[in-house]
Amino acid sequence: MGIDLKNASFEGWRRENGRMGVRNHVLLLPVDDLSNAACEAVANNIKGCMAIPHAYGRLQFGYDLELHFRTLIGTGSNPNVAGVVVIGIEPGWAGKIAEGIAATGKPVEFFGIEQHGDINTIARASRAAYRMVKHASKLKKTKAPVVDLWVSTKCGESDTTSGLASCPTNGNAFDKLWENGNTLVFGETTELTGGEHLVAARCRTPEIRTQFQAMFDRYQAIVEKNKTSDLSDSQPTKGNIEGGLTTIEEKALGNIQKIGKKCLVDGVLDKAEAPTHSGLWFMDSSSAAAEMVTLCAASGYAVHFFPTGQGNVIGNPIVPVIKITANPRTQRTMSEHIDVDVTGLLQKRMNMDDAGEALLDCMLRTADGELTAAEILGHREFSLTRIYESA
Amino acid sequence: MTIHFVVHDEGDSVGVVVVEGLTAGTPLTGWIMDQDKMIEFQARNDIPIGHKLAIRSIAKGDTIIKYGIDIGRAVADIGAGEHAHVHNVKTKRW
Repeated sequence: MGIDLKNASFEGWRRENGRMGVRNHVLLLPVDDLSNAACEAVANNIKGCMAIPHAYGRLQFGYDLELHFRTLIGTGSNPNVAGVVVIGIEPGWAGKIAEGIAATGKPVEFFGIEQHGDINTIARASRAAYRMVKHASKLKKTKAPVVDLWVSTKCGESDTTSGLASCPTNGNAFDKLWENGNTLVFGETTELTGGEHLVAARCRTPEIRTQFQAMFDRYQAIVEKNKTSDLSDSQPTKGNIEGGLTTIEEKALGNIQKIGKKCLVDGVLDKAEAPTHSGLWFMDSSSAAAEMVTLCAASGYAVHFFPTGQGNVIGNPIVPVIKITANPRTQRTMSEHIDVDVTGLLQKRMNMDDAGEALLDCMLRTADGELTAAEILGHREFSLTRIYESA
Repeated sequence: MTIHFVVHDEGDSVGVVVVEGLTAGTPLTGWIMDQDKMIEFQARNDIPIGHKLAIRSIAKGDTIIKYGIDIGRAVADIGAGEHAHVHNVKTKRW
């Protein structure tokens, strides 16, 4: 008997804008690389908050700068976050990010370091973080239907077992969530190469199909323009090749199994863009694990499914990342990284429906608060997508 | 019963080894997933877990089929039961 998604529920935090979160983080969000140290100092002073340092935020411009703002505002706005303290080298951009996050109704304060110095800024930001943690710790969990959970997916360190079993497990769960009316996303534009026609055929309308194809073609043009070889050192990766994947086409066909057999693509998103209705979305995105999961979190997704073959260890600071493997060697050597073991599929000891149910069961336990392997091991990869050189 | 390799579709030219330490000459049991059929086979090379073996003879230049779909081309002849990977199969893209 499978999980009755229509009647199942989870307990999380209903945010001011109505979105359901499954974690209750207080973030120290740096605008730029220069402000990482102050954010980390505040996180050291005040217990129960988290700094998420990153490498960028200076002299970016145009679309690249827009994406930087959208990703940071989206991260702070994610329903897994209860409150945010923003620190930047100067107050202008810090204020802009705080304003974007404040639109969700959640508490946010911002600080600029110039004309104050680190020590004074850290003192003031620590008091703000103190207030924020106090506030967050008082918020009560409430029950919500499964349809309120936004779920993203991206696989990594894929091998042939990904395409045979762990990605189809993801697909089985996605089919069920899609029929339930959940809000879902997949992406990895370059890693559809060789199977892009299959995704195009799943687009709900000709307009969506045209938008998808334009995103795919744009990314292919970047690869063609910048490549110095057939990319066989990058796609498939060395890890993929070790795992038995030979060509980008083979990798893509395995990857695409994540969207199941029934889901239609209900819309397309630019990087870190928030979906406007339920259904399955395609996000034009990097195929690098940490970048893609960071973008999903910035779009507002609250739980992430991550099928892996050779054993990618990725996590995210604010979104629990659920790892699924079908590779018996990975399960034997790296079990502390795996949340859902579907190795039985390859020996016919488990069927695909059972595997999908095991993933959904893990999703509900995770939503209720059970920590994922990546959370327990402290994986908090926060990787911003950067498009081009600084001004 | 141990399944040694798995094939997505009976029209595919390759299957995937799903056990560790498979050596040349081992009699193999394979499972064709889409048709849910079992086949018997023999490996002609040592093949690591996750790597592919040809389940039919493939000539240089032939298209390799997996999932019922084109995943690249053979750049050398590959005999049935032989290891098919980056040394004898290449992408048609990029």
